[in-house]
Amino acid sequence: MIDKTSASIFEAIKQIQDGATVMIGGFGTAGQPAELIDALIAHGAKELTVVNNNAGNGDLGLAALLKAGQVKKIICSFPRQSDSYEFDKLYYAKKIELELVPQGNLAARIQAAGAGLGAIYTPTGYGTLLAEGKDSKVINGRGYVLEYPIHADFALIKAFKGDRWGNLVYRKSARNFGPIMATAAKCTIAQVNEIVPLGAIDPEHVITPGIFIQHVVAV
Amino acid sequence: MAYQRLTREQIVQRVAQDIPEGAYVNLGIGLPTKIANHLDANKEIFLQSENGVLGMGPAPAKGEEDADLINAGKEFITLLEGGSYFHHGDSFTMMRGGHIDICVLGAFQVAENGDLANWHTGAPDAIPAVGGAMDLAIGAKNVFVTMEHVTKNGEPKIVKSCSYPLTGMACVNRIYTDLAVIEVTPKGLVVTEMVNGLSFEELQSLTDAPLSRE
Repeated sequence: MIDKTSASIFEAIKQIQDGATVMIGGFGTAGQPAELIDALIAHGAKELTVVNNNAGNGDLGLAALLKAGQVKKIICSFPRQSDSYEFDKLYYAKKIELELVPQGNLAARIQAAGAGLGAIYTPTGYGTLLAEGKDSKVINGRGYVLEYPIHADFALIKAFKGDRWGNLVYRKSARNFGPIMATAAKCTIAQVNEIVPLGAIDPEHVITPGIFIQHVVAV
Repeated sequence: MAYQRLTREQIVQRVAQDIPEGAYVNLGIGLPTKIANHLDANKEIFLQSENGVLGMGPAPAKGEEDADLINAGKEFITLLEGGSYFHHGDSFTMMRGGHIDICVLGAFQVAENGDLANWHTGAPDAIPAVGGAMDLAIGAKNVFVTMEHVTKNGEPKIVKSCSYPLTGMACVNRIYTDLAVIEVTPKGLVVTEMVNGLSFEELQSLTDAPLSRE
């Protein structure tokens, strides 16, 4: 019998080693796997590269992970927000490296990793600062920038319901990066509000098929 | 002759008039977001939000907020009947892939060829943040810009060439300011509307790039 559910969040999180690249789902705090991040803080893995749309809000979740000094680099599209003060402090103290990626390129590079592509040509950012030093190409009269996939060792995501095979459904706009990050990591850990029996999720409604998920924990 | 600038509210009201029924529309953060409040309630218009929402409705009543239902500006929203949720890959397929009919963005500067600068002032100590601006700028079928015609210091924001870092090249189709509506065409900037009492010469004096009349 295959059972990907874990009774303990910590059992799932403790595999994350120093120096790992960790994708963290969420757009702001919607879809942010706060309990998994808390466990990662307790676990204490350091020198992490984090992939997220933002760079933490307020004092909890990703912001707390940054404050704990566990992140050496963040890859994101929109770090600067009214409540991103933990990131701001680290940035101005030069204690964190920032790779700024337009949001659609962030999504596309994550999807490219999940889909096994070697690179993509994207029109987003062509002719801008964010394309400096990158190869570009004009295809059918339009300019494109060569961008490489973003792979991760781990993805931490939040879903609504999951079963023991790892099939997931999400809730409203908390879905955001979860399904694509799940495809791009060697190991994806999903926190869910509820673990349901196999078959309880209508197969037509499964958003993330279990093949992309290694661990499911109820919080 | 005296003229009256449009208020920011009047600018968004003006843009709202040009959004037709059936349009798939993405409204940028800030001033453009307010356009939603002025759309004709009798028209079915599909508002898309980059974080995976199509068919965005108005803000919820107090006490009805749902932390899982927000817009790109991270404000609480509602979903209209018939609306849908999707992941970021699908959302940016809509935005980058030419499926959005109209996006409305704010801007620091727009150049006469339609170059857009709206993500970064270029200040060396500023934390850069781009979000979905670059995807929308080059991905929507029509890019409308809403902004004041000049900066607080009176400098033109419609320029021959942007001095701020670009968001996208030659991507803006139309500019709505507090003084005028201007089309970006292959022949340059064409003024289609001006506020009452404003002369074309006055408008040109507040604009760095050359304007022409319809």
